[in-house]
Amino acid sequence: MKPFTYARPDDAAGAVDLVAGDPDAAFLAGGTNLVDHLKLGIASPTTLVDVTSLTSDRIDDLPPAHGDTDGGLRIGAAVRNSDLAAHGRVRAEYPVLAEALLQGASGQLRNMATTGGNLLQRTRCAYFGDRTTPCNKREPGSGCSAIGGWARYHAILGATHEPAGQACVATHPSDMAVAMAVLDAQVQVLGPDGERTIPLEEFHRLPGDDPTRDTVLRHGELITAVDLPAAPIATSSTYRKVRDRASYAFALVSVAAAMEVVDGPDGPVVADVRIALGGVAHTPWRATRAEDALRGGPATDEAFRAAAAAETAGARPIESAVGGNAFKVPLVAGTLAAALRTLAHDPSTDPTEEPG
Amino acid sequence: MDATLTLVVDGRPTTLTVDTRTTVLDALREHLDATSPKKGCDHGQCGSCTVLCNGRRVLACLSLAVAHDGDEITTAEGLAPEGERHAVQVAFLEADAYQCGYCTPGQICSAVGMLDEAAAGHPSAVSGDVAAPPTLDRTEIAERMSGNLCRCAAYVNIVTAIERVHAGETAR
Ligand SMILES: Cc1cc2nc3c(=O)[nH]c(=O)nc-3n(C[C@H](O)[C@H](O)[C@H](O)COP(=O)(O)OP(=O)(O)OC[C@H]3O[C@@H](n4cnc5c(N)ncnc54)[C@H](O)[C@@H]3O)c2cc1C
Ligand code: SF4
Ligand code: FES
Ligand code: FES
Repeated sequence: MKPFTYARPDDAAGAVDLVAGDPDAAFLAGGTNLVDHLKLGIASPTTLVDVTSLTSDRIDDLPPAHGDTDGGLRIGAAVRNSDLAAHGRVRAEYPVLAEALLQGASGQLRNMATTGGNLLQRTRCAYFGDRTTPCNKREPGSGCSAIGGWARYHAILGATHEPAGQACVATHPSDMAVAMAVLDAQVQVLGPDGERTIPLEEFHRLPGDDPTRDTVLRHGELITAVDLPAAPIATSSTYRKVRDRASYAFALVSVAAAMEVVDGPDGPVVADVRIALGGVAHTPWRATRAEDALRGGPATDEAFRAAAAAETAGARPIESAVGGNAFKVPLVAGTLAAALRTLAHDPSTDPTEEPG
Repeated sequence: MDATLTLVVDGRPTTLTVDTRTTVLDALREHLDATSPKKGCDHGQCGSCTVLCNGRRVLACLSLAVAHDGDEITTAEGLAPEGERHAVQVAFLEADAYQCGYCTPGQICSAVGMLDEAAAGHPSAVSGDVAAPPTLDRTEIAERMSGNLCRCAAYVNIVTAIERVHAGETAR
């Protein structure tokens, strides 16, 4: 680990000035990702600016937006993942978010991890974390070891496969961000030039021709809060995550979904639906093709699977003798269908639902 | 680069000067002779370094000591007054909830923090309805303790020990 100076300025503006003015400075929050990266030698800031006490650790009610009866929530950047998951309004009005948080990491890590840090955690691609292997995200132009390598946790949508010096098939590992994608969350940012709001859907970026950048955030910009707009549909929402072991593991595939079902002449109909996928792309993947395929149509298992197929039509799985990821295409279909079935009706009456 | 800071370890305030790169785990083990928290992976993946920080369970290996100036750190050794045992410790002994014992101090601190979280009504990933108050059964306990790996796989008895403390069978 490289030596560094530790700083705790008086306020958020002071923290922004410090980091914006020094290309080798970085913000520190819970440290669960950054401290690991300092140890691995894949991050080597010379100054760490601790922002845990400089951004809010409160969850506040927002006033109703024009025309709405209810207001949303403002989540301070320093709110710990465990406190966000335990918040009464989050559990009742945005269950998809509480469930996503609770399926991430472990109890100890959730007590440390912050809302801001969670959005900015970096990929868990094994090669990114291993300085002895080529990786375009860590070392531009060196190549992508995951293509043809161990790509079980990697992307099937929106990745860059060529040219070799720009390729990156990494996924974003956050569960929280996938839930926030269906909630149309807004990221509040303070930068050297003042404040701006970035819709969560535009916050993370595809690798394109520059896999080193995970988000559109500029160096020195501080996340101060995440706003959740009021979303009546979210009271009927859920998060379903598939992983290699039952707990304390990253997603192979995950689905965040909110759905409103009404009775139609021939059975239940999807009045409205929002879907985002995790574990499939460099960003939380808002599944607009699947949403469009479902809206106004029957709420049946067949329709759910057809919607998943519409979303993954352009998928490009990685073939590899040591661990490809073609299995993710059918896994998205099964996971999406299972998530929507639980929202379509009481899951306890569904013989295809396994208990627990 | 050195920093001077104070950690209140098991009730005793101690001021020390350490390199800014020092984690709470290394500060405890290498500088303060508090060796009950163990270094398993040093990367947040095993839970053997679990301590309570201001009463909440955290991983000492991913916590920088400089970021915890003034904080109260409780290790498994400091859970009960000198010469006494905490209910969770008694339950681990009675349920034979360990084999080699390497993960045990982390398991015990984690269990103490987890029982407080459950008592405060925090849900878990296996709570059927995330909005409802949780009930601690074996499945809930296992899920809430998933951040503590046991290489000896003493899991069955660890869950039993915690179940007994929760049921009040071991005096707290
Ligand atoms: C073993 C293990 C398992 C895990 N499993 C999961 C899982 O299953 N699902 C999941 O979603 N996550 C998982 N995580 C990841 C965990 O959720 C993240 O590490 C955590 O959310 C990061 O938050 P932090 O506050 O600790 O960030 P830090 O590590 O402090 O910071 C992360 C990054 O964000 C930047 N940053 C922090 N705060 C701000 C801010 N306010 N403004 C601008 N920049 C900021 C930092 O500079 C740094 O680059 C796991 C982690 C570990 C170690
Ligand atoms: S997938 Fe991206 S992060 Fe992983 S090795 Fe390839 S370039 Fe690096
Ligand atoms: S040593 Fe801290 S989690 Fe393994
Ligand atoms: S008792 Fe040996 S690792 Fe748990």
